Amino acid sequence: MAQRNVNHAGQVSPAELHSEDHGHPDMEEMRKFGFWIYLMTDIIIFGTLFATYIVLKGNTNGGPGPADLFQIGGIIVSTFILLISSYTSGLAVLAMHKGNRQALMRWLGVTALLGAAFIAMEVNEFIHLVGEGATLSTSAFLSAFYTLVGTHGLHVLVGLVWMIAIIIQLGKHGITPVTKRKVHIISLFWHFLDVVWIFVFTIVYLMGVS
Amino acid sequence: MWEKVKSFASEFFVTGDPMIYGADVSIVLVTLAIIVGLSYFKKWGWLWREWLTTVDHKKIGIMYIIASFIMLFRGGVDALLMRAQLAMPNMEFLAADHYNQVFTTHGVIMILFMAMPFMFGLFNVIVPLQIGARDVAYPFLNALSFWLFFSGAMLFNLSFVIGGSPDAGWLAYPPYSGLMHNPGVGQDFYIWGIQISGIGSLMTGINFIVTILKMRAPGMKLMKMPMFPWSVLSSCIAIIFSFPILTATLALLFLDRYAGAHFFTLDGGGNPMMYINLIWMWGHPEVYIIVLPAFGIFSEIVSTFAKKKLFGYKSMVFAMIIISVLSFLVWAHHFFTMGSGADVNAFFALTTMLIAIPTGVKVFNWLFTMFRGKITFETPMLWTIGFIPCFVTGGMTGVLLSVAPADFQFHNSYFLVAHFHHVIIGGVVFGYFAGLYYWWPKLFGFKLNERIGKWAFWLWNIGFYLCFMPQYVLGLMGMTRRVYTYGWDKGWWEMNLVSTIGAGFMGIAFLFQIWQIIYSVKHLKKDETGDPWNGRTLEWSIPSPAPLYNFATLPQVSDQDEWWEEKQRRANGQQVPAKPVLEPIHMPKNSGIPIVMSMCWFLAGFGFVFHWQWLTIPGLIGVVACMLVHSFNYNNDYYIPVDEITRTESELRKVTS
Repeated sequence: MAQRNVNHAGQVSPAELHSEDHGHPDMEEMRKFGFWIYLMTDIIIFGTLFATYIVLKGNTNGGPGPADLFQIGGIIVSTFILLISSYTSGLAVLAMHKGNRQALMRWLGVTALLGAAFIAMEVNEFIHLVGEGATLSTSAFLSAFYTLVGTHGLHVLVGLVWMIAIIIQLGKHGITPVTKRKVHIISLFWHFLDVVWIFVFTIVYLMGVS
Repeated sequence: MWEKVKSFASEFFVTGDPMIYGADVSIVLVTLAIIVGLSYFKKWGWLWREWLTTVDHKKIGIMYIIASFIMLFRGGVDALLMRAQLAMPNMEFLAADHYNQVFTTHGVIMILFMAMPFMFGLFNVIVPLQIGARDVAYPFLNALSFWLFFSGAMLFNLSFVIGGSPDAGWLAYPPYSGLMHNPGVGQDFYIWGIQISGIGSLMTGINFIVTILKMRAPGMKLMKMPMFPWSVLSSCIAIIFSFPILTATLALLFLDRYAGAHFFTLDGGGNPMMYINLIWMWGHPEVYIIVLPAFGIFSEIVSTFAKKKLFGYKSMVFAMIIISVLSFLVWAHHFFTMGSGADVNAFFALTTMLIAIPTGVKVFNWLFTMFRGKITFETPMLWTIGFIPCFVTGGMTGVLLSVAPADFQFHNSYFLVAHFHHVIIGGVVFGYFAGLYYWWPKLFGFKLNERIGKWAFWLWNIGFYLCFMPQYVLGLMGMTRRVYTYGWDKGWWEMNLVSTIGAGFMGIAFLFQIWQIIYSVKHLKKDETGDPWNGRTLEWSIPSPAPLYNFATLPQVSDQDEWWEEKQRRANGQQVPAKPVLEPIHMPKNSGIPIVMSMCWFLAGFGFVFHWQWLTIPGLIGVVACMLVHSFNYNNDYYIPVDEITRTESELRKVTS
């Protein structure tokens, strides 16, 4: 396979080449499309966890059930925090379309802070529940509860780290086709987590305490 | 101190079995040989630059196929061990617990670490070439998928010598795979081996969907695409909808074992049947995922060697998409005996029977493609012709199994064992072999020896029928699957002995295939045409092996069998359109991140298996660090300049043109 040893240092200035179309598909658009498909697979993961939760939620093993545990007030506050963070991530994208890098980074920062507040409230809730003796191994219901809600929280945490990384990259590179695509994808991800949370809020919390 | 080390080692390493000591010695020797060999020939740098960090789909495909052959060997040895144990009544070759481990690893390895990588290997090497693309949509992700598969497979195989193998069957049904009944580390190796490679499979699914939908050559409408990419597309659709279920399900099983959760336990309100439902929601689509690409391969081969256009192109496409959708509606036929009631069983029995219809459509399409064709019988075509009766009869026993009331009799008997080997070997293995023989010249630039290939084909086929036909009878005689021994009084020994002899034939056939490869390399006759079979699709229009960038200029497609039509046009003296001017080609740079990140996953997985947080946490930190390093790297592509393309092309084509 000697003929594959192509010199890996092709020396053409990329800047002048990027300006013209070479018949290959738009890479950044293709990456966004792939991310949509990834989100579909993530929906299936959450779907599996929701199904498991619904099947197991009556199996409290003589321990506390949803109505005994959930304090809906705190949950409503964290729901609003997450909803507002979705709105601010939308403002970030609008700022990006206007080419305003400062506002873009600021709104992403606000979104990340709100996300951090959401996670803090969730951790606080879990600590509180464990303090009441309701742990992962108390019953099948609680196993399913912690796993479903915790998986959502883990996603938010990943999104948070990712968002900070993108803010730093925006500071370094400004608004380019690449960073633009990255902002689009993180905001897609963030809205997606919001939608999933609506289902968590409805199925786990509202239907749990009603 | 010394006592501590000794007691740790006796827990950590699997001890007490001479076969495993033999494996220990051979693993150490092979590893040493590889290290010494690479150092002696100063090949470390070459290995790193050309293979371990490559993002070239063709090289990744070749690595997948090599790995799958190694796994085929391991899974095959497992099979021969089982058949040796069952050859005669009251054998004491394998003990009961060892037998359990062997049938578990045989199943897992053959489906997940042999069939899947073989399939991904063929996807990788052929799909971009057939659709006229220069690479897959996400070359970096593609390399990452491969290395995740590789890490997962290594982790799984490590259980053989460290800690002990899983023994709860290939799908690890709880409660037996739960902590209460299975406290060892084997099931944890199972979970993490499959989990890590499963993430890779999922990403490959996404990668090829986008590649096929977005990167086809100009003019190639979806309905002009060759049949193999269609089969890949339908298989990948099933992947993206089913693999997330596997990921979630294994994560839940892991939480049961690691953190004391109660999803599938017998106590605490857990529900083991939930696991069995979930795992088959993945498991059933999984078997269609691996067989659909085989259908695509057969379609390509049938039309090439009958020298006819594929019969019923549209019906073929619809049949594949329907199979891909129906595969999600049949999962409960794996446990009709669970007691879901007559209505549920009737629904799943009917959907299962429905699958026979699109499959039948495909069989007739292949037959009609051959009808009045000028068929030649090279090895790819032989495997295809061997496949058709084999798959039809295997499918029919599947329809028998789908009759829910009758299934209460067949359930978990050797009848079932015979059925799924019948369709998986007859469909998947024959299909991938056919594909490998067909595309081998495209991969390496020479054909495999036909004479030895025909020996291998006949030995495989004779061995196959000898091995599995008696198993149908054994099932009807009452032999249940996973028994490790039986008495003289059962009357099963004649059939079992024949079955074992058949397995031996297949083992010999595999050796013939290895010999065939070695022989063909030694007596190498280079194929200078790039088109040794008189092919019909675009991969045959470029030199073999394909250059790094595949197509110097992207082809313009106007017909379904574009290359065949192009050859007709040239033969009719039509003017070959002037090649467009060469332009610099945009290529992705190699990257070491995929292999490093996968090694971090491996360490994290190993830490999870042994509850070693000191290993798990650094492993996971390494994974995140790799992601961030990749995210912050904005310098990951380059251009191949025109004069270099011109040079490469004139070297490659000096004989052809």
